[in-house]
Amino acid sequence: MHTFFLLSAIVLTIIIAVPLVRVLKGPTVFDRLLATNAIATKTIVLICIIGYLYGRIDMFIDITLAYAILGFVGSLVIAKYVISSKVVRD
Amino acid sequence: MAIQNIICIILVVIGIVFMLMGSIGILRLPDFYSRSHATSKSDTLGILFVISGLVVYEGFTLSGIKLILIILFIALANPIGTHALARSALQRGLKPFFNDSAKKGGKS
Repeated sequence: MHTFFLLSAIVLTIIIAVPLVRVLKGPTVFDRLLATNAIATKTIVLICIIGYLYGRIDMFIDITLAYAILGFVGSLVIAKYVISSKVVRD
Repeated sequence: MAIQNIICIILVVIGIVFMLMGSIGILRLPDFYSRSHATSKSDTLGILFVISGLVVYEGFTLSGIKLILIILFIALANPIGTHALARSALQRGLKPFFNDSAKKGGKS
């Protein structure tokens, strides 16, 4: 079972690295924000699987909860900021 | 090999396939709105499958209950975040992508 968790963590890391291309060459600022949001939501699952790899899921699960809440609040704040901002151009 | 491990492996593999589809969609589709359409739903479903598999592997303990809380929070929060981003893009004035040849064919 440890081998399966290690393999799934490696595959998930490759999947997380794919939207970085969209972050680098996105035409508008919303594409970059969307790709960043996708990376943040997939990292939650990666932290859970890393917790099973180290055998200390009781510690990593709290880190996962805090990361999920911070990512959600950050995404909402940036979405509200981009509407009325004069600094960010398309 | 116990029955719990087999169910866990099946659920995690299904979830990883859904997340792979979301990543390919965010790379290949032509517009911001279609990209958000691709990544929001498939990512949410993939995360729900993977963490459900971890809940089956964990069993009924305190960590399992916290994993169920994470499932509820992701199912609420991830579509709301993507919807707020798409609505801010629409209010900012980003035009959706239309297929010009199909529109001309519909007119004539």
